[in-house]
Amino acid sequence: MAEAKPIDGRSLIRRRAGARLWLSAGWLTLLCAVALLAPWIAPKDPLAQDLFLGRLPPFWVQGTEPGYWLGTDSLGRDVLSRILHGARVALAVALVAGTITCLVGATLGLMAGFLRGWVDMVISRLIDIWMAFPPVLFSILLIAVLGPGLWSIIIAIVVIDWTRFARVIRAEAMAQGAMDYVASARVAGRGRIGTMLREILPNVLPTIVVLLTLEMGIAVIVEAILSFVNLSISTDDPTWGGMIAEGRTSVHQAWWVLVFPLITLFLTVLSFSQLGEGLKDRFDPVLR
Amino acid sequence: MSFLSIRNLSVRLKKGPPLLRRVSLEVAAGEVRGLVGESGAGKSMIGKAVLGILPPSVEVTEGEILLDGVDLLRLPIAERRRRIGASAALIPQDPLTALNPSHRIGPQITDRLVDILGWTRADAEARARALLAEVQIPDPDRVLRSYPHELSGGMRQRVLIASAFAAEPKLIVADEPTTALDVTVQKQILKLIAGMQARHGTALLFVTHDLGVVSKVCQKLSVLYAGMVVEDTSVADFFAAPRHPYSAALLAATPKYTDPSAGLQPVPDTVIATVQAEVAAFDRGTARG
Amino acid sequence: MTGGPRVADLYSVQDLHLSLADMTAKPLMGAAPLIDILHGLTFTIPKGAVVGIVGGSGSGKSTLGRALVRLLEPSGGRILFDGTDITHLPEAALRPLRRRFQMIFQDPMSSLNPRHRVGTIIAEPLRLHGFDSLPDRVARALDQVGLPRAFAARYPHELSGGQRQRVGIARAIALEPDFILADEIVSGLDVSSQAQVLNLLEQLVRDLGLTLAFISHDLSVIRRLCQRTIVLYRGKIVEDRPTADLFADPRAAYTRELLDAIPLPDPAQPWV
Repeated sequence: MAEAKPIDGRSLIRRRAGARLWLSAGWLTLLCAVALLAPWIAPKDPLAQDLFLGRLPPFWVQGTEPGYWLGTDSLGRDVLSRILHGARVALAVALVAGTITCLVGATLGLMAGFLRGWVDMVISRLIDIWMAFPPVLFSILLIAVLGPGLWSIIIAIVVIDWTRFARVIRAEAMAQGAMDYVASARVAGRGRIGTMLREILPNVLPTIVVLLTLEMGIAVIVEAILSFVNLSISTDDPTWGGMIAEGRTSVHQAWWVLVFPLITLFLTVLSFSQLGEGLKDRFDPVLR
Repeated sequence: MSFLSIRNLSVRLKKGPPLLRRVSLEVAAGEVRGLVGESGAGKSMIGKAVLGILPPSVEVTEGEILLDGVDLLRLPIAERRRRIGASAALIPQDPLTALNPSHRIGPQITDRLVDILGWTRADAEARARALLAEVQIPDPDRVLRSYPHELSGGMRQRVLIASAFAAEPKLIVADEPTTALDVTVQKQILKLIAGMQARHGTALLFVTHDLGVVSKVCQKLSVLYAGMVVEDTSVADFFAAPRHPYSAALLAATPKYTDPSAGLQPVPDTVIATVQAEVAAFDRGTARG
Repeated sequence: MTGGPRVADLYSVQDLHLSLADMTAKPLMGAAPLIDILHGLTFTIPKGAVVGIVGGSGSGKSTLGRALVRLLEPSGGRILFDGTDITHLPEAALRPLRRRFQMIFQDPMSSLNPRHRVGTIIAEPLRLHGFDSLPDRVARALDQVGLPRAFAARYPHELSGGQRQRVGIARAIALEPDFILADEIVSGLDVSSQAQVLNLLEQLVRDLGLTLAFISHDLSVIRRLCQRTIVLYRGKIVEDRPTADLFADPRAAYTRELLDAIPLPDPAQPWV
């Protein structure tokens, strides 16, 4: 039988990776590099205080010292160096907390949505009860119990946000489970766990990717909020949230202490969400 | 004088391959024209072009669509929408997704009349009730109060038909309205559509891939392949003696239960080659000119 | 049908009942009430037969099909496959038997995993049942359904509806089953693709000695393909006769209704 040439043009549509993907990936890659190399590339010691050099404006303003590119805060610490070091905390939290939350939430959601029955009943009730706790209070309580520190933040984020993944992935898994190709796998003789991993998971992956990047952005914000209220890491290492808190008091005299970490925070969170959107399209071989 | 006149309509994917190749056809007032062809031949695309609901990835490159003498494609968008809204309607293919699951049936019929065409609420509701009775729905008031998921597929399609006739349009585009239905339900729905069309004197553009349906409902038909009209004739002439080999092949592929040895012959490669050559020649011609 | 199951019967169905949970009526706590879909079906499918199962929506034909390949478990009665009672067999015992009865699904969009290439889709069942030389078997299956071997590298969305349906057929026959259930496999296709798929099926039944159960709501297609036809109405068998007899002299009122409803491609047919 001859292969019929496609008589319509629908199959010829191609998607190109947009600027969105390159820009967001670019920013995040830069940030990762910076975070890794901060101790070597930061122009000044982020903890070094020099009260004579307090509140120096950024380099393009008249009357500032050379070498302090984005100015200094009220204790004379270099803003740029502190931002670079702050990236380490932000990214550590984003990557670790995001990934663990994703693993826990997506696994439970997948199991609940596909295996149904008592597994679904248990997990769904768990999600419902869990989500009834007010998240902000919950996290503060948790940190109070665990004590401040990087791992406390990570645990707090995982504990609160896994339900987001579980709910959404459960719905997706349920929808995919109704598809005929799942029935086909059963007819072929595949077991349930095998079907879940081989047939359902790849189709749920785009959603997981989007949620994961979203979660990383959220983790960065949560860390910033916690350090804003001084519940973050216990050492003097700079964090973006902490810098914003400090900059708030001197915003009229030294706006740069607040603005630059804020912009960095904003760009980072934006990049995470846009990365997710961009990746989702790339992951999807099906054209709708 | 035709109520709908499509002349040399060409449509393509934006910066991509053509989907419709200089399609021309006429539908007289009160007439039923069938659009037949395989999947992807472009028959739905024609209906969408007429109703102004082409997808955003698609653009019109040439041609005219004359509705009651006025070229829709040359009108400003707001004016075009107004004209189409006032004189045309759609009976869609899938009754499941065509109705909004969050709203009751009543508002889905009357809102258009009240908000867009300026009817009073009372008039619109009376009209809705009358139409539901006309499409033989046993308890119109109950149905008007129901949500779409409370009705069967056949009932939903009846509601959609009633809704299409609500504003007394002069032209209705029926896009494979019975493809998703059981064969017994299909017969009822087709009789319904044919009956209402005759009573209201509406012109009907009937998109389908089922030649059996065409022979029952349509007076004229256009056969499409790859966005090109390969035959344009009356239904009587078509079934007696189709002129184009592709049309003959489609007929030969259609099963007939009265004659088990007939039908179910796939379109021969020679015919496909012939019609693809015609398409290629057309494309060369347009590239040059 | 009289007498017990004979050795020549591939399937023997006795008083089959099947109920499913009505999820729309499920109370907050507790199980959903059951709706009876199949009400005591009895019939046999001899080896090598091509049987049509016809009915409208709500007739239970799809449910019956899924019961035959044990995607659903009957609530009463027995299903014997080649002498073995598979009615309530647990999955582990069913697994080796599954190779012998396969199914082709209606919707080519949802029956092929959109994330797997065609080659993977066909090879999966082979891998599960421990077949060897997978690439050869995949290539042979593609040959048998008339698709170019290069299609193994494509994704389902890069194929037309008819081509996707042929991939579904390839996947089913690759396992060299005894029985195939085709559930409305041409319902979504236009006449040309429909003709190709049905002709292919006819040829495969001949060449591979398959037993086929063909579910459809379209009697025109059944007439051509099936030697015997079972008509279902609301979960009961209303006719079970050789196809030619059924068309010549339909006994059940529902069969006559189905026949009358078919629009023949002939303007002279008195219909509307």
